[in-house]
Amino acid sequence: MFHVTGLSTHIGKIQILHSIDLYVERGEIVSVIGANGAGKSTLLNTLAGLYTPSAGTVALEREVISGLPAYKVVAKGLSLVPEGRQIFPNLTVRENLLLGMYSRYYKEKKQTKERIDMVLDMFPGLKKHLDNLGGNLSGGEQQMLAIGRGLMSQPKIILLDEPSMGLAPKIVNDILEILLRIKKEMGTMIILVEQNVKAALKVADRVYVLEHGSIILHGTKEEISMNPQVKSAYLGMKMTS
Amino acid sequence: MDSMVQYLVTGLTVGSIYALMAIGFVAIYNITGILNFAQGEFAMIGALSCVSFVNWGLPMVAAIPAAVMLTALIGFIIERTAIFPVRNRSVITLIVITIGLSTFIKGIGLIIWGTSPHTLQPVVKAEPIKLFGAVINPQSLFIFLTVLVLLVILYVFFDKTFIGSALKASEKNPRAASLMGINTSSMSALSFTLAAALGAIAGIMIAPLTDATYEMGFLIGLKGFVAMVIGGVNNIPGAVVGGLLLGVIESFSGGLISTFYSDAIAFGILLLILFFKPTGLFSKAAGERV
Ligand SMILES: Nc1ncnc2c1ncn2[C@@H]1O[C@H](COP(=O)(O)OP(=O)(O)OP(=O)(O)O)[C@@H](O)[C@H]1O
Ligand SMILES: [Mg+2]
Repeated sequence: MFHVTGLSTHIGKIQILHSIDLYVERGEIVSVIGANGAGKSTLLNTLAGLYTPSAGTVALEREVISGLPAYKVVAKGLSLVPEGRQIFPNLTVRENLLLGMYSRYYKEKKQTKERIDMVLDMFPGLKKHLDNLGGNLSGGEQQMLAIGRGLMSQPKIILLDEPSMGLAPKIVNDILEILLRIKKEMGTMIILVEQNVKAALKVADRVYVLEHGSIILHGTKEEISMNPQVKSAYLGMKMTS
Repeated sequence: MDSMVQYLVTGLTVGSIYALMAIGFVAIYNITGILNFAQGEFAMIGALSCVSFVNWGLPMVAAIPAAVMLTALIGFIIERTAIFPVRNRSVITLIVITIGLSTFIKGIGLIIWGTSPHTLQPVVKAEPIKLFGAVINPQSLFIFLTVLVLLVILYVFFDKTFIGSALKASEKNPRAASLMGINTSSMSALSFTLAAALGAIAGIMIAPLTDATYEMGFLIGLKGFVAMVIGGVNNIPGAVVGGLLLGVIESFSGGLISTFYSDAIAFGILLLILFFKPTGLFSKAAGERV
């Protein structure tokens, strides 16, 4: 279980997130949707320890992880696939993947090959690029690499920040399929942040709607897709809260 | 003709020492964003502590590693005590701190070693070798060899080891690196330790040629800085070429014009490059790092 309670984040003097409550159960894909600037990335970055929350707690399997710096949060079993992929362009695909298990590398060195094989099984397209620089991959391949890298530490929960951004519909579909496989085969909890609401609704079990830094709506996929507010927002009209 | 070969050999020898200094600058700059103006002091500590170790009766083969390790330790301590606690301040603040550190370390050097110059025996005491009409000092060969070995070690470290790729990742994108579980601040400590060790080696190698004083850090630091600027602040191969080029230019201008002007010429090159190609002669357009 993953529990977020009363989470607020300030950047400088400005409060970006207002008392967010959210949970993910084992084997669940939870999606957070919202317009540009709603605070989706700030939320994921706070969960990953890049920002320190000004209030509230984040707990993973009953252990409080809020307040820890990012490099310690990964070791606790939370992995963030950041917005814009952020792969290391100056390193090879293999090196990128290996860094994904940095927090466990020395303990689990013997399993590195097994882990890489696991990722290649999910993303066979990466196989032929293993020794190429990450910067030379296409956008879709970079996103696959970013997700694969996030899985290398075998996280209990993986957070994805707009993985569909800038990708062709076919590739977006491939990525959604993979999220379903991750959920089914690894039992990893998933938080999927998307502006592509249609895509998010395809795979999510439950959905949270974020607006101006607050959760304004939350429900099962069915409830949310029937909601008139969401329907209008999904059609591109401005939401009113 | 003979003297030309001589200048070239001398230039490359001194230049490879500058290259080590330049690599120290590059390593710290790329990982922390700081131009470390205390880099020259690492050379001073390395050279003078090596002198002291020899005076205490240690053989050269033991004194050198001891001095390098001591300097590396000092580099580490400096990062932890003077840089790490203020790492979130602006880069300019951090650079000013390194200038302060330089003065401080020089002061300590003055207290410990006094003002008089110290001599360090060359590591290799053999007859000079005649080659193509030039007289090659065996110490020069030793310096070349050391730098070559160090370059290979650095290459393997950065390109073939796990911790090396963690360092490169931290250079490129510290935020993403921290998401991998990399404690980027320990990478900053590592870069200072590495730069201090390289500085110490440079100091120990140049001391037999120029003598060692508490003030030696300024000039060798400046040369390393110029070499880095020539090569481009963000790549190690560039720094090496920059160092060699600076050494050769200095040696020829010293030989053909006057040694009196060779430092002024180094300065002149710095200014010219800053005017016309501030990213360095060898950096790629987009400023790719290392
Ligand atoms: N470093 C920062 N400094 C100041 N304000 C910031 C910073 N980062 C984000 N913000 C502000 O916080 C708000 C939320 O930004 P955030 O990036 O979390 O939105 P988002 O929902 O991820 O948007 P997008 O869909 O465009 O990625 C915005 O108003 C943004 O301007
Ligand atoms: Mg965002």
